[in-house]
Amino acid sequence: MGRYVLRRLLQLIPVFLGTTFLIYALVWAIPQDPFAGKCGQRPCDPAYIAEMSQKLNLNDPLVVQYFKYLGNLLVGDFGTTFNGVSVGEQIATSWPITLKMGIIALIIEAVIGIVAGVLTGLRKQGFLDNLVLVSTLFLISLPVFVTGFVLRLYLGPQGFDLMDTSVSSDPTFGELILPGFVLGSLSMAYVARLTRSSIVENRRADYVRTAIAKGQPQSRVVGIHLLRNSLIPVITFLGTDLGSLMGGAIVTEGVFNINGIGGLIFRGIQEKEGIMVTGIVTLLVLVYLLMSLIVDLLYAVLDPRIRYE
Amino acid sequence: MEFRTRDGVAKVLNGVSYHVSAGETLAVLGESGSGKSVTAQTIMGILDTPPGFITNGTIKFRGEDLLKQSAEERRQVRGEGIAMIFQDALSALNPVFTIGFQIEEQLKVRRGMSKADARKRAVELLDQVKIPNAKGRVSDYPHQFSGGMRQRAMIAMSLALDPELLIADEPTTALDVTVQAQIMDLLAEIQKEREMGMILITHDLGVVADVADRISVMYAGRIVEHADVYELFRAPGHPYTESLLESLPRVDLRGQELKTIKGLPPSLTNIPSGCPFHPRCPRAFDRCPTEVPAVHNLGMGRTSRCHIAEEVVARG
Repeated sequence: MGRYVLRRLLQLIPVFLGTTFLIYALVWAIPQDPFAGKCGQRPCDPAYIAEMSQKLNLNDPLVVQYFKYLGNLLVGDFGTTFNGVSVGEQIATSWPITLKMGIIALIIEAVIGIVAGVLTGLRKQGFLDNLVLVSTLFLISLPVFVTGFVLRLYLGPQGFDLMDTSVSSDPTFGELILPGFVLGSLSMAYVARLTRSSIVENRRADYVRTAIAKGQPQSRVVGIHLLRNSLIPVITFLGTDLGSLMGGAIVTEGVFNINGIGGLIFRGIQEKEGIMVTGIVTLLVLVYLLMSLIVDLLYAVLDPRIRYE
Repeated sequence: MEFRTRDGVAKVLNGVSYHVSAGETLAVLGESGSGKSVTAQTIMGILDTPPGFITNGTIKFRGEDLLKQSAEERRQVRGEGIAMIFQDALSALNPVFTIGFQIEEQLKVRRGMSKADARKRAVELLDQVKIPNAKGRVSDYPHQFSGGMRQRAMIAMSLALDPELLIADEPTTALDVTVQAQIMDLLAEIQKEREMGMILITHDLGVVADVADRISVMYAGRIVEHADVYELFRAPGHPYTESLLESLPRVDLRGQELKTIKGLPPSLTNIPSGCPFHPRCPRAFDRCPTEVPAVHNLGMGRTSRCHIAEEVVARG
């Protein structure tokens, strides 16, 4: 097990280098003057160009630039934008907001998705089953920004006025519930369907019959024997999903005007702040890689038949 | 007992009746699809409904009709009064829990034992079924056990609540021959020690001859013959049993062609009229396709559902 973890961690290095280089190249190798439009209507002051080129190593070949950037990253320096704003500081203020929203989304999709999946999986057909199948199909086919706008409009003051849908610049958990729900809605539908099919598949399994024959109470037959086996694929899905929720927050944060990582990366792209974009994407790649490692390790814990040598 | 399927209603069990006393082994013998496992699952109350429906009948355990009990009362009987072991222990044991957990669960949930006591008892039980190094293996998972060891663990689990009746549904079918014999010996030994009743469901005549006291032979969902094991092997009272015995390979008849029963067992949605065995019966005559044979009493507790049962027995 220890050796496996070490090997996986070592594998992270080339993957990390490859993806970050790709992003760096895509952002900085564009055949365009990086200073175009940076100084208003006038061309930039040569002294400013020289200073920034020096700072961003723009005079070096791309590969050298990349490794210099990487070297700075390793000591925790994300660099500064053209306006002199520290990327590290920006990330430090936005990151917790997106993380909070991602965790809320994950909790919502896990709880609602699994409960709906178990209930429908246990009694196939009937009203509840059809309700879940239709509503999940609905969620899967709707783009997230539509779900977001519709919920914000109808639940908010302009609609039925059920709740305050605005989100402050330093949002609390309560304010993030609706955005979290929107962010997790698509995955919630998948979780419900995955759980349902997994339960249906396992509930006629021999070991379930054994548990019944042992005279175990129904709650244990379902809650321990059936659920433990059925949730293996669901939990691995949820694990990788936390990684993608972070990236997927761009749209949701846009709809709800939230100052998170998504908004930051969006502005970075719009304002051609290459250093901002590379910094954030690098971080997202890292989160994703770590989550998939955790999921792989979790898999062995959940299913003892899987052994890593 | 019937199964309501898309192809029509399958009368899976019809007029099946047997009894087992403490310390006695009853073998239920029959081909695949003759309803032996369904009988066992009906007794346990673990049949899926739908498609299974019990239309009428009684299952008496300690004088009480299980079918009249509430679901909760029946659950209490399972494991405590009647326990069951299954054919394929690998799929019957939960793959994600340790053997110890699955035994201790019974003791903790049903008997309210503490964790430490349950662990101690689980090791004792594994020891009783002769699993070497029981203390070390109690925290192993089912896939870490060999086939025979898994079935032993399954037996240990079924014994956890000291049941009075053990139903063994083809316990050795998935095992190789040498291991089969060990498991059967173990079952016989445990049964003797605990004065436990046992229903042994099997299609293996050899297994039956070794351990059973009495035999019920099933065909197409009904019991066609019921006899003491010695009597049955000496002189079968039903042409089906007779054909079964003749189809056994015998050392003294080496070189001769092995006799088989011609045809296939009937589909349970479409059971032949009269005696269900008549299309395959070498002794069939004009009454067989039209009249359902009555139960013929052959003395000493022997019964046979054949029009000419007396004649069949006499020919021995």
